[in-house]
Amino acid sequence: MKLKLFIFTILAGLLICNPVSLYASEDESSKEDQLDVKELIFDHLGDGYGWEVPFAHVYRIPLPVIVKAENGQWFCFSSDDLTEIEITKDRKTGEEKKHLVPVVKNIVRDGKNYQFTLSHSEDNKNKVVQLITKPDGKIVEYRPLDLSITKNVAALFISAILLTLIVMSLVRFYHKKGLQAPRKGLGFFEMLVSFVYYDTIKSTLGENAKKFGPYLLTCFFFILTMNLVGLIVIFPGGANLTGNIAITLVLACMTFVVTNIFGNKHYWKEIFWPDVPIWLKCPLPIMQFIEIFGIFTKPAALCVRLFANMMGGHIIVITLTVLIFIFAAFGSAVAGGATVVSVLFSVFMLALDVLVSFIQAYVFTLLSTLFIGMAVEKHEEHDHKNPEQQAERLSDVAAAIDLNK
Amino acid sequence: MELFTPDFGLVFWMFVSFILLFLVLAKWGWPVIIKMMDNRAATIDQGVENAKQAREQLDNAREEAKKYIVEAQSRQQEMLREAAKMKTELIEQAKSEAAEAARKEMEAAKVSIEQARKEAELQFRNEVGKFSIQIAEKMVRHKMEDSAAQEKLVDKLLEEIEQN
Repeated sequence: MKLKLFIFTILAGLLICNPVSLYASEDESSKEDQLDVKELIFDHLGDGYGWEVPFAHVYRIPLPVIVKAENGQWFCFSSDDLTEIEITKDRKTGEEKKHLVPVVKNIVRDGKNYQFTLSHSEDNKNKVVQLITKPDGKIVEYRPLDLSITKNVAALFISAILLTLIVMSLVRFYHKKGLQAPRKGLGFFEMLVSFVYYDTIKSTLGENAKKFGPYLLTCFFFILTMNLVGLIVIFPGGANLTGNIAITLVLACMTFVVTNIFGNKHYWKEIFWPDVPIWLKCPLPIMQFIEIFGIFTKPAALCVRLFANMMGGHIIVITLTVLIFIFAAFGSAVAGGATVVSVLFSVFMLALDVLVSFIQAYVFTLLSTLFIGMAVEKHEEHDHKNPEQQAERLSDVAAAIDLNK
Repeated sequence: MELFTPDFGLVFWMFVSFILLFLVLAKWGWPVIIKMMDNRAATIDQGVENAKQAREQLDNAREEAKKYIVEAQSRQQEMLREAAKMKTELIEQAKSEAAEAARKEMEAAKVSIEQARKEAELQFRNEVGKFSIQIAEKMVRHKMEDSAAQEKLVDKLLEEIEQN
């Protein structure tokens, strides 16, 4: 019964949307309107100054643009001022079409005119640039220091606030109900906290867990929240946050900083004077070179792993969705079939991405825990305390990583 | 390649929001949650321990109670047995005492009867003696003149005596 209803809904949806009529026509005038798949995908994966309103292609939720002009002046204006909706009429059908086109924003301050616009150039594509007129009349683009609240930054704030609210509601629950165990949503959240804290952090760091627990838990839940919010297709979500290298770079740098600040004597000794035959480290510092290289590759791997996994997920889902419009050119039967297949696959991929969101957040936390654990582990004697346990841990990590590939 | 070049604005905001989030959660979030979970775990462990102890105590108490019951039962049995013994003893004693008393009574009665009999005999003898003397006196007075009659009388008297 449910399956029938589901299929019926899809078919009805196909009839209503009818993408075929939009894209099936082969005449030259509509060639310009042809879908630029690459741009669509990159538009989704990248950042933007406004936030799309669901189901309306040209409308954007305005967000503040904050830039520092060439002469050090700060400017703040709405992202709406950078674009305008242009209505064009199709010559043959008379059909009205709306486009979003960039315009120049003029700001006069202290008798000086500042011009900002969205760039078309290869280097700063779709970024805010200042237009500067040189004395010889040539206009050059200057990329200002840009601290705009873009779509990604807004999503970042939303995720952070969401996480704070969730954590604080659990804390409030504790204050209200004492030792009672929370149920439902809060219970699930608490289960996650206990899973990450007791099974991962505490079992690896031992008595150091209290010190590094807050950082690692913040990492895990922030990444998880960003991952999951990114999977929601419409307004409060949809930003490809953890699939943006800036985000993962900051996270990896945090782990890098924590690891190296709290690294103990043994950690640094392992780097500059490791336990290897003397010829490997004395005349030529081969091992030292490798170890120092390793300090940087570990967080780099963290950064790239999270970034690539999440971006990959987003690419696959949006490509599957775009397939519908690509196949639309081949006629209604093909388009209909492609739609069903695409929808089914993208639903499947989204479900998989929920899993990947969790796994990637977990892997990031687990590896950060291991790096920190290795840096702060106490070594009274030179032999390893429990090589078996370490081997087990490493095989755990390897299994976790394999799961994602 | 635009995807692989981090945007400064985003890096900046990410850094700011991560630090803020970390400070807020590290101050008011995670420590409270972890402490609470630790406390709850400790409470549950304590509860389990308590329950185990309580069960042990209960078992002990039950055993003790059983022991007391058995002891009480045996004591009761003993008391009953003693009581029965005492009863029979009492009865025996009473019986023997009664028998003794009866015997003594009988003895006393016998003695008194004997005495009475002796006294009666004695009295009777005395009486008989007195009578015979009186008879003899009378006879002597009456029939002393006639010897034949005397003899007759004597015979008669003798006969009488013999008959007695």
